[in-house]
This record gives sequence, C-alpha cells and structure tokens, in this order.
Amino acid sequence: MQRFSGFSLLRRAFSDHRGWSEQWRSPEPRPEYDIVIIGGGGHGLATAYYLAKEHGLRNVAVIERAWLGGGNTGRNTTIIRSNYLFDESAALYDHALKLWEGLSQALNYNVMFSPRGVMMLAHTVHDVQVFKRHVHANRLNGVDNEWLTPAEAKQFCPPLNIGGDMRYPMLGAALQRRGGTARHDAVAWGYARAADALGVDIIQNCEVTAIRRGLSGAVEGVETARGLIRTKKIGVVAAGHSSVVMAMAGVRMPIESYPLQALVSEPVKPIFPCVVMSNTIHAYISQSDKGELVIGAGTDAYVSYSQRGGLHIASHTIEAVCELFPTFRRLRMLRNWGGIVDVTPDRSPIIGKTPVPGLYVNCGWGTGGFKATPGSGHVFAWTIAKDEPHPINAPFTLERFRDGYLIDEAAAAAVAH
Amino acid sequence: MLLIPCPYCGLRPEIEFRYGGEAHIARPADPTALDDAAWGAFLYLRANPKGLHAERWRHTHGCGRFFNAVRDTVSDKFVATYEVGAPKPDLAALAAARHERK
Repeated sequence: MQRFSGFSLLRRAFSDHRGWSEQWRSPEPRPEYDIVIIGGGGHGLATAYYLAKEHGLRNVAVIERAWLGGGNTGRNTTIIRSNYLFDESAALYDHALKLWEGLSQALNYNVMFSPRGVMMLAHTVHDVQVFKRHVHANRLNGVDNEWLTPAEAKQFCPPLNIGGDMRYPMLGAALQRRGGTARHDAVAWGYARAADALGVDIIQNCEVTAIRRGLSGAVEGVETARGLIRTKKIGVVAAGHSSVVMAMAGVRMPIESYPLQALVSEPVKPIFPCVVMSNTIHAYISQSDKGELVIGAGTDAYVSYSQRGGLHIASHTIEAVCELFPTFRRLRMLRNWGGIVDVTPDRSPIIGKTPVPGLYVNCGWGTGGFKATPGSGHVFAWTIAKDEPHPINAPFTLERFRDGYLIDEAAAAAVAH
Repeated sequence: MLLIPCPYCGLRPEIEFRYGGEAHIARPADPTALDDAAWGAFLYLRANPKGLHAERWRHTHGCGRFFNAVRDTVSDKFVATYEVGAPKPDLAALAAARHERK
C-alpha cells in the first residue's frame, strides 16, 4: 500500500501525479475463504478491515453485487451523532463516534470527519420535554448533549429562523457538539484500501445467488455469479437487501425495506456551519465541503426496492427547510435520489448470530446506519471472529423480537432517525 | 408519486391513500396457545420480497375503503387489486405470467 502523506502528495505533484498505484486489487475469487462478507458497503468493508486488523483473520473475501459503496453508503446524508436515548443505543453509537474521531489516521485515508455539531430542533412542548430527557439520558451515559435556547441556537447556526412567523416556531434545540459529517465515499474507499492491504480480497460485480448449507444446517459456501465460493462463516451485511439474502439461507427477518430520499442543492459559498435536524417538521440539512446543501427527506410509505421515491416526500422536506431557513428559498436543487433502507420494528439494528450455524447478520440500520459504520464493523468483526457477540452488540440480537427485549428507538424518536 | 388503482374509484394519486403493510397476516385465533416464537413471527416477521408483494391499502381521502393489491416492489407497478377477505393470489403464478408477457 502506498501511504498517503503531505510529503508523498508533494513529491508526486512534481511528476504530474503519475505513479500512484491502484488503491485495492481486483482479484479473482479463490475457491475457499475462512470468512465471506456479503455486501461491500461501509459496514461490510469495515467488518473485513477489523477482522484482519484486530483478529488477524486475513483469509477473508468481501463480495459486492455492484461497485463499492454504491448502495446506501453512497446515498446517505452523512450525518454522524450518538445522542440516542437508550443505554444500549448510546453505547453502540458512541462506540462508533469514538472510532470516527481517529479513523482518518487509523486508515491513512482522509475520511473528512468534521465534528461541526448536530443540532436537533424542538417545535412543540412535547419536543422540548423529549429532547431535555434525551440530554439528561445522554449525559448520564457520558455522551455530550446540551440544551440551547432559540437565541443560543441562532448564534450557533446564523441562517436559522427563530421568529414567531413560522407555522411551528422553534422553541429550543439539543446540540451534540461532537457530532458532524464525514465524506461517505472516502469511508468505503478508505476501509477497502486498508482491508486490501491486510490481505482481504474485495470482489466487485459479483452477485450472490444462493447460500449453500450442509446436512447439519451449517453454511458451506455461497454461489455467486463467478462460481461457488466455499466458506464456514458468512457475514451478511446487505442493508436493504438483507431479507433477500437471508431468505437464501431460509431465515425470515423482522425487516421491511423502504425507499429513503435525499437531495442536494447547487453549490454555494460556505453558509451553513453545522448539521440541523428537525424531526417534527422533518428536515435534515448540512453543507458539504463542495458547497452543496445536503438535505435528507423521509421514507416512502410502502415497501420497495426501486431506489427512487415520490416527489411529494422530497417537496415536503424542502417546504420545511425553506420555513426554517428562508434564505434558501431561491436555491435550486441539483439532484435527488433514493436508497433502500432496511427498517426493523423497533428501529434498532440487528447485529449477531442467527439460527443457522456459521451465518451472521448485521442489518436493520434503517435510515441511520452511516453514523455507525466504524462501530458496526468493529463489533460485527468481533462477533464473527469469536462466535459470540461483543458486549456492545449483545442486546441487538435477532431473538429480541421473539423474547420481547426491544430497544425501542422508534418510540423514543417518534420518527425514523 | 404512485398512481394507485382503487377498485372502487379508479386511478388516484398516492397522497389520497394510506399504506397498510403486508396483507393476509391474520391475528391468531387463540393467542394464548402460541409459543414466543410463533407470536414473535406474527408480530414482526414480514415477507419483504423483491418482486410481487400482496399488501393492504386504504383510500383514506376518497371512498375510505380498504382493499388489497399486488405490487411489484422493483418497478412499483400495481399488478392486481382485490377485495379484503378474498384469498391471497398465487404470486408465483402471477410473476410467471408477467414474465411470459415480456
């Protein structure tokens, strides 16, 4: 692996930036691996990286149907935060946030993590009470979160409209200063490059068509577009397609897949210093380093794999954004798109073992998986390597839907998060 | 936005409707007889297919009636609608018939 540094960039600048090698190989799949990861998004690549890095397991393949990070990793609004209500969630997402803080150095790849602050707006008395409860719960769990008055919120984010002329005036905000954004593609590429350097095979454009199980029920391998690959352990990290892949092994999942939309404006000069979210009137907004305003819309109402959604969903969000930030009313939108998100009944992920020996699953991240990428990969790698869950993901089992131990962030946030 | 064929009113825009999730999930007649796995499956396990999906819709801002529909979750096209209480169509046969027409 060619290491990136200021010096190496400068040195190659003098030779017209020729001489950079490929960042990862494109190997032919071997007939057998110790572990096969299905899904080459951020979570899958992070899993492979931590398997190799922390557990010394290097005979690992990541199999991706299309190109790396082309699914939800490349389609989300890159918001990173850990201010979740319940202890289990706070532990999981804050584990991820701590890894984000040192990720660029660990991977020798600039993932452009920018802890610029995530501010969640309250518009009703109920919102105020819920968010203050979140602030206190977070602080008990060692997660930073603070309450701001409307004037303080305006000071933190000057474009914000705090006037009383709004349909739902802003009554205050909860601010997590350690939260922020990162560059989504760089996360996938950085993990891919680092995993490849440790010997992981990354196989793109190779769809898994079946999971082969032996007489004992244990997994024996995966059948792919490029032939059979034998393995004793499979990690399914297929996001919106988790139900489809798990069905290949005969496992039904408590998951439904919905389109989730996002859109970006034309690029403008730096105007927006933080991330603002409003669950009540439903808008998420931040500004990318390229200058585009990145706006997250909601999910469509129905199950779908179409990677596009209804325009009324996006326009609802834009109406909310224009109400909060009147100065954006004359901006034009550049692109909109959809991703397919795997939503669980309690809006918390499933990370762990399955009833099938040798089959592990990491899914159900729903509308908010990007922020968890490093932590998700880290605890899932532990689970696969040791065949037992890491203490952080131990509560996030598939069995909780049988036993009733839900981690009900759906009720806590009242909306998709 | 989807155009949804309400069997009672004809084609109407999606915002007039509410989605009701997967169809044909009947509440068990005797819940106390079920073990945890069966009850959990009733509450939470869903087909979530990539392909034809039998689902409930209600024309909330129209005739107000519930109906069932078969929709392709890849193209979002509606393949059939039918009354609540009618048996579940044979999705595999419907898919095969559509495949032949192509």
